[in-house]
Amino acid sequence: MALSDTQLERYARHIVLKEIGGPGQQKLLGARVLVIGAGGLGSPALLYLAAAGAGTLGIIDDDKVSLSNLQRQIIHDTDHLDAAKTQSAAAAIARLNPDVKVELHEERLTAQNALEIISRYDIVADGCDNFATRFLVSDACFLARRPLVSAAVGPFEGQLATFKPYEKDEEGTPLPTYRCLVPEAPAPGSIPTCESAGVLGALTGVMGSLQALEVIKEITGAGESLTGKLLIYDALDTRFRTIKLKRDPANPLNGENASITDLSHHA
Amino acid sequence: MQIILNGEPRDLKGALSVEGLLSQLGLEGRKVAVERNLEIVPHSAYQDVMLEEGDRIEIVHFVGGG
Repeated sequence: MALSDTQLERYARHIVLKEIGGPGQQKLLGARVLVIGAGGLGSPALLYLAAAGAGTLGIIDDDKVSLSNLQRQIIHDTDHLDAAKTQSAAAAIARLNPDVKVELHEERLTAQNALEIISRYDIVADGCDNFATRFLVSDACFLARRPLVSAAVGPFEGQLATFKPYEKDEEGTPLPTYRCLVPEAPAPGSIPTCESAGVLGALTGVMGSLQALEVIKEITGAGESLTGKLLIYDALDTRFRTIKLKRDPANPLNGENASITDLSHHA
Repeated sequence: MQIILNGEPRDLKGALSVEGLLSQLGLEGRKVAVERNLEIVPHSAYQDVMLEEGDRIEIVHFVGGG
């Protein structure tokens, strides 16, 4: 499908990039991206993906906009207090870019619905707020063979990685899964949440923007994928580092004695 | 033997595995990953991976917020 005149103008600064260009922009317009959580990470990720013309954005969140969200969740605003985050996000996206179609999932991701929902999309961006959902998303993306760009924050630190554990590296070794970084969910309460420990608002902006950027790279094929790597941003020291993440052969998802074949262990 | 731990030199007495280091530091394996020379050490290898002179070790605390 050819780009319209208004699309040529709207996406001119992408189209001029040789790494994206017209073909890359068309891939973006045809892409179906699922964003898990319209919170601190999902807000900037959704805004940048919408601005970039990612054609269909699925948004899954069962929460409502509260006043304490607005210090960082920049897709929402004061006029949308108490509105469903899915609806609030959809309104902001519609104002930003009418090219983008949104699909709202005002529910929690569960072992029952995860595979069905994730399978409807080309790529998943996880910005949820708890480890249980992170494991569910990661396992479901492996089973559905969908790339996962996973971002997470603590009060002053962000982590970002892209997972394609159903693919192999040049040496024939499967790529790592989220479980190769976090082997098992930390005990509930052992790692403070944003609610209990706080989070610097602009940090979620940095990490959600990086997440959108990696999604755009996966869709367009620009540059080098973040698979097999973990990016860590220390906001207080202003330090970024990218380290290698290899498959742990003992992990139960795609390890040598893998035991996970469905999502029943999440039920 | 000296390693660099979280950017600071640290002297170790005798041979020490990654698991031994975590236990010396009083850190729980469920809450952190260990980065050795810019690579995450697989959790299942903590007992087998022995620290070497000059290793650069960073403790990566898990974060799960969004």
